[in-house]
Amino acid sequence: MSETLKNQSSSPRLELLNITKQYPGCLANDQICMRLMPGEIHALLGENGAGKSTLVKTIYGVVAPDSGQILWDGHEVEIKSPSKARDLGIGMVFQHFSLFETLTVAQNIELCLSRSQLHSIGDLAERIRDLSATYGLNVDPDRFVHSLSIGERQRVEIMRCLVQSVKLLILDEPTSVLTPQEVAGLFTVLRKLSSEGCSILFISHKLHEVTEICHNATILRGGKFVGDCQPANETPATIAKMMVGDLAEQDAGYEKAFGENIVFTAKNLSLAAKHPFGTTLKQINFELYKGEILGIAGVAGNGQEELMSIISGEDSRTLKNTLILDGRDIGTQSAGLRRRNGLAYVPEERLGRGAVPEMSLSENTLLTHSRGFVQSGLVNWKAVKEYAKSLISQYSVKCHGEFSEAKSLSGGNLQKFIMGREIGQNPKVLICAHPTWGVDVGAALAIHQALLQLRDQGAAILLISEDIDELFLLADRMAAVCDGHLSPVVRAEETSIDQIGQWMAGTFINESEQQEALA
Amino acid sequence: MDIDLITQVLFAAIKTGTPLLFIALGEAICEKTGVLNLGQEGMMLMGAVVGFMAAYGTGNAGFGLLGAMIIGMVMSLIFGFLVLHLGANQVATGLALTIFGTGLSAFIGSGVVGQTITGFQPLSIPVLSDIPVLGKVLFSHDVMVYIAVFLAIIIAFVANKTRLGLTIKAVGENPNAANAIGIKVLRVRYLAVMFGGAMAGLGGAYMSLVYTPMWVENMTAGRGWIALALVVFASWRIGNIVLGAYLFGLASIMHLVLQGMGWSISPNLLAMLPYVATIIVMVIISADKYKEKLLAPRSLGKPFDPRQMA
Repeated sequence: MSETLKNQSSSPRLELLNITKQYPGCLANDQICMRLMPGEIHALLGENGAGKSTLVKTIYGVVAPDSGQILWDGHEVEIKSPSKARDLGIGMVFQHFSLFETLTVAQNIELCLSRSQLHSIGDLAERIRDLSATYGLNVDPDRFVHSLSIGERQRVEIMRCLVQSVKLLILDEPTSVLTPQEVAGLFTVLRKLSSEGCSILFISHKLHEVTEICHNATILRGGKFVGDCQPANETPATIAKMMVGDLAEQDAGYEKAFGENIVFTAKNLSLAAKHPFGTTLKQINFELYKGEILGIAGVAGNGQEELMSIISGEDSRTLKNTLILDGRDIGTQSAGLRRRNGLAYVPEERLGRGAVPEMSLSENTLLTHSRGFVQSGLVNWKAVKEYAKSLISQYSVKCHGEFSEAKSLSGGNLQKFIMGREIGQNPKVLICAHPTWGVDVGAALAIHQALLQLRDQGAAILLISEDIDELFLLADRMAAVCDGHLSPVVRAEETSIDQIGQWMAGTFINESEQQEALA
Repeated sequence: MDIDLITQVLFAAIKTGTPLLFIALGEAICEKTGVLNLGQEGMMLMGAVVGFMAAYGTGNAGFGLLGAMIIGMVMSLIFGFLVLHLGANQVATGLALTIFGTGLSAFIGSGVVGQTITGFQPLSIPVLSDIPVLGKVLFSHDVMVYIAVFLAIIIAFVANKTRLGLTIKAVGENPNAANAIGIKVLRVRYLAVMFGGAMAGLGGAYMSLVYTPMWVENMTAGRGWIALALVVFASWRIGNIVLGAYLFGLASIMHLVLQGMGWSISPNLLAMLPYVATIIVMVIISADKYKEKLLAPRSLGKPFDPRQMA
């Protein structure tokens, strides 16, 4: 539940007046006003492209506004650079972390400090340990960042702000990469900071989190201010309504389905990590049945990437008797051959892996769809274009036409196109990573429908996502990965967010080891 | 081989490795910030010819060095403007710089071909140079050899122990993150590119002022390329670069010595020796692939445009 805010009477810490920022072809912020009190936890809400990121980058000095005023403790300031923002006491934790993996935690933090700050701190490592203990952050200054989990990296980013005695902490979608337990830990830190008078600006898509922790919320839509509210007095549904303009279908709930015939098996899949930032896969076993969606939860970087690339064939190392598709060992086949045998793949990265950015949509269609469009080595461009056009209209992809370059599409539209292209192959098995990541509510709904329809046609879908709500919404059976291990697979109705959350944190690894020891 | 021959071979090895060391150090810093400058050979040739002409004109080798550094920086600024400011492709621009420098140096140097100058004289360090063998090998060189070693130590210190070194590494690993925390990415890259240019100029000047000393068209004979390879094989580690440069020097000398000793191997095959030996040794040193991936600047060759930060 949301706490009431103390010292309401004091003057605002930050005030934004009529902030406007125009990008070529897009008015990102239009006359936005906002006010933050000391100690206030303030949510900034809106769909993708609503202008939230631009606004916080303006506050942090990364983006210069075209017009408008920023008042800090009642005085007008011009925040020309992030270092100026930090001098004022503004800290920011980015969505895509701005950490340097080849440096240690202490070195990463040192880079953000001015010489005088460094001097006044004295022993930086000591200070980090102190703050770590005070706030329960558990950050070791001597470790290299590449060896840290995503949750730990986020704590390093928060530490980076704390070391500078921050007065306003900006967090850009901080919970999207955390396990439920880690989220709880983060909220404890934020509440403690707030009680000490630090203001917090919190960007999130997850409305139940906003209602849980935020005192006030500002809602943006299409770059404009559309309203504010006290989340404690609202429900996720009413806030969502303000965000999208009409009542979004929240957790409609879909029919669960269960298949009987195994179409794909992974047997004792173990694979060494290819690079220092990778994860080693350890003894992974699972089956996919026709007509079901198997959801795999997990915090990024726990082996999802490796699992997908070895199944899709993108990782060209061969494995014998490990990957069985429809009774056939595909472990030694090339990615192209696996596709021809009925495997389709929607990777996490849309530009660069799901599609070639500089190629048109029809060319991108041809990339995974060569059969039928190529005769005696010649491409039947007319048919390709017709097909791309039909995908565009069927999945309502917003673009100029089949000749548009993939990179000119927004993330959500490109995702709908890629999804349509893969589904159009009538795959036996579809591997699908983070299908609605960064996609707005409308497009996400369309993607969900497409996945369910494919399932109901009898295909098996392996759905890998960090969005646990989405997994519970779509998946028929669930499992979690942690550090390259796969948890037991259970029916979605028979498990809980709490259980999956614990598995994401790796509790099952000890359990199974204990069982082995007993046996 | 007798002890005198060994002494002479080692002495010459250090001399031969020195120009390579200059260029490789400069390029290493440049690459650490994420900029790949393939124009080394061109900058080096320009440094050689301008250094020679300045020394020839003034009669002072010191001015030669100065001139070489300045022309190296000017050349690198052209490169920097194109790739950093205008976001041009680093590989293509670097290649163009080499072709440009090769042609321009031949053109402006045509008047001084065959002229001679007095280069730097050997500078025997008192006491130390009297040590048998080692004294001759290590302590009776010209001043440039000492400068190169001194610079290597300074650069290693800066790269590994200072905040400047951290900043350089940060910019080379993730320029967007560096920008987000307030590091002026383009400024750091410009400075690193110019430092690389000055060092390439010095490397060229060493060829025309000390090593030969004279100006001949295309006299660097691919050393700029070897330096580029050396930086990569040394995994951007200064210690390995020093080792690799002198190793290359040693192998270059050995091929002459072996020919002199009457080995019946084709001289063309022997001429490959320095390149092959250096690469083999560096590959062995850098065999731990896992660790090497942490050392490579992750954004090497990728342009960074602060205006696109939305």
